[in-house]
Amino acid sequence: MSQRVLMCGNEALAEAAILAGCDAYFGYPITPQNEITAYMSRRMPEEGRVFIQSESELAAISMVFGAAATGKRAMTSSSSPGVSLMQEGISYLAGAELPAVVVNVMRGGPGLGSIAPSQSDYFQATRGGGHGDYRTIVLGPSTVQELVDYMPLAFDLADQYQMTVLVLADGILGQMMEPILFEKRPGRELPPKDWALTGAKGREQNIVRSLWLAEGKLEEQNRKLQAKYDQIQKNEVLCEEYRLEGAEIVVVAYGIAARIVRSAVSRARQEGMPVGLIRPITLWPFPTEQISRAAEQFRLFLTVEMSSGQMVEDVRLAVAGKAPVLLHGRPGGGVPTVDEILDIIKELSVSVKR
Amino acid sequence: MKTVFARTPSLKDCPTHYCPGCGHGIAHRLVAECIDELDIRERTIGIAPVGCAVLLYDYIDVDCIEVAHGRAPAVATGMKRTNPEKIIFSYQGDGDLASIGAAEILHAGHRGEQLTVIFINNAIFGMTGGQMAPTTTLGQVTATTPRGRTAAEQGYPLQVSEIMALLPGVIYVERTALDGAAGVRKTKKAIKHAFELQVEGAEGLALVEVLSPCPTYWRMPPAKATEWIKTEMTKVFPLGRLKG
Ligand code: SF4
Repeated sequence: MSQRVLMCGNEALAEAAILAGCDAYFGYPITPQNEITAYMSRRMPEEGRVFIQSESELAAISMVFGAAATGKRAMTSSSSPGVSLMQEGISYLAGAELPAVVVNVMRGGPGLGSIAPSQSDYFQATRGGGHGDYRTIVLGPSTVQELVDYMPLAFDLADQYQMTVLVLADGILGQMMEPILFEKRPGRELPPKDWALTGAKGREQNIVRSLWLAEGKLEEQNRKLQAKYDQIQKNEVLCEEYRLEGAEIVVVAYGIAARIVRSAVSRARQEGMPVGLIRPITLWPFPTEQISRAAEQFRLFLTVEMSSGQMVEDVRLAVAGKAPVLLHGRPGGGVPTVDEILDIIKELSVSVKR
Repeated sequence: MKTVFARTPSLKDCPTHYCPGCGHGIAHRLVAECIDELDIRERTIGIAPVGCAVLLYDYIDVDCIEVAHGRAPAVATGMKRTNPEKIIFSYQGDGDLASIGAAEILHAGHRGEQLTVIFINNAIFGMTGGQMAPTTTLGQVTATTPRGRTAAEQGYPLQVSEIMALLPGVIYVERTALDGAAGVRKTKKAIKHAFELQVEGAEGLALVEVLSPCPTYWRMPPAKATEWIKTEMTKVFPLGRLKG
């Protein structure tokens, strides 16, 4: 497909996963991501690949676990309450060091919450989410094209580091239609999956496990995981800077919120306000260094997110007291408007001038 | 000299961590023997449960995975669907399969997954210290039924195999017991058949429920434990082929 096609985010990411070589998709219905499951139910068999509608999210992530252990590229998708259920499996994937891609099309919480778009699973996504000391790589695309572009990266990162990559979208991105381009880009060079369970033919038995009972063994295993996470923090941060030249105020936002902020920043600039945007694309690893450097230079930070303030904690850690960090949060399915953000920027511009 | 008994190659030459008189060691040997007799070692993947048999891979020399409590049938589904030529078996206890994993086994059967399931029923949670399982018999004293299980308080023992046999996607269900030499032979035959069906590509799930002694938490000597299977357990869990 070298021509632009009009697709909603959910279907577009599903097709991108297929192009990225996803061998198996397992999913359970939940709004607002049902288009992914429906699309996969049609397309995966067409490609001779595996689609299963599982009996629960617990089962879906366990099926991913099984397929991944045999060396296949496997994924699942869900929305917030369903992703909570998947945390068991995500922790096991971390412990067993298996690659997997999980898409969370976030909706409002807590509990059953609402089906409105939200960004309130940031803590869960970036802090591991389940039990144990582990991380998942978290990508936060902000357009449908980015959803498409980051799916192959998600699979590559998962295979390279043998871990879960979470694609953190939201109800708007999932439902929104945009013209997109599917471009085949060369993937990363990846290590062989010699750990995979393929039958012990001509080699010793392979074992995929997360239980380490011997004295000190689990600590050693955890240190190995942490060393891997350190590498990722060093090498895999993605972040976009927009209109930072001559800025005094920096807005930090990701995903769909960043898209709204971008419009506000662009209008504020037209009106002569000194404002720019830093948009983390990887939410873990977080662009701590970039923001920390920015804190040396800019006077005021504003975080805009569709939650009561989750990413703001990472921003504050990065800024480390060098500048004030304010928050504009819209929890429970609230979506900020461009005007709303523009008004805040206006007020802040007046105050920095003073 | 004629060899009348030898360790089968897929069973590792090492002592197990199981208690004296435990059924797991025997069941492991039977699984390994069937794998070797069918010559499928190089394409078999085993799934270890959470429970006393979690270290299954230390004893059975095939590619193995250790999974979350109860999720083996879902993990097996992910493996088999993406690798139809492989032979996938799960080895699960009664806490694993009948309690926390009830949904996963039911739906793997319901979907007719081509899997071999070895279900070890010892009417108790072994690894965590002898708590009640769904399969605990009425009157049985456990760490969490100190006055003995009653139908009024904890419900009746759950007969999973009978439920599984009702599903069109399940093609073979047999219940056997490790209650003596004859029982061990019957168990092996059943396990072998459950593997053979998968090797032949038969469309559906094969399950063998094995009544197995846990002398430690039944708080009785091994000989009495096998006797208890015969006299008590088989009353609630009648032996024989339920389907297929
Ligand atoms: S506790 Fe019971 S099931 Fe576990 S090893 Fe001991 S005898 Fe076997």
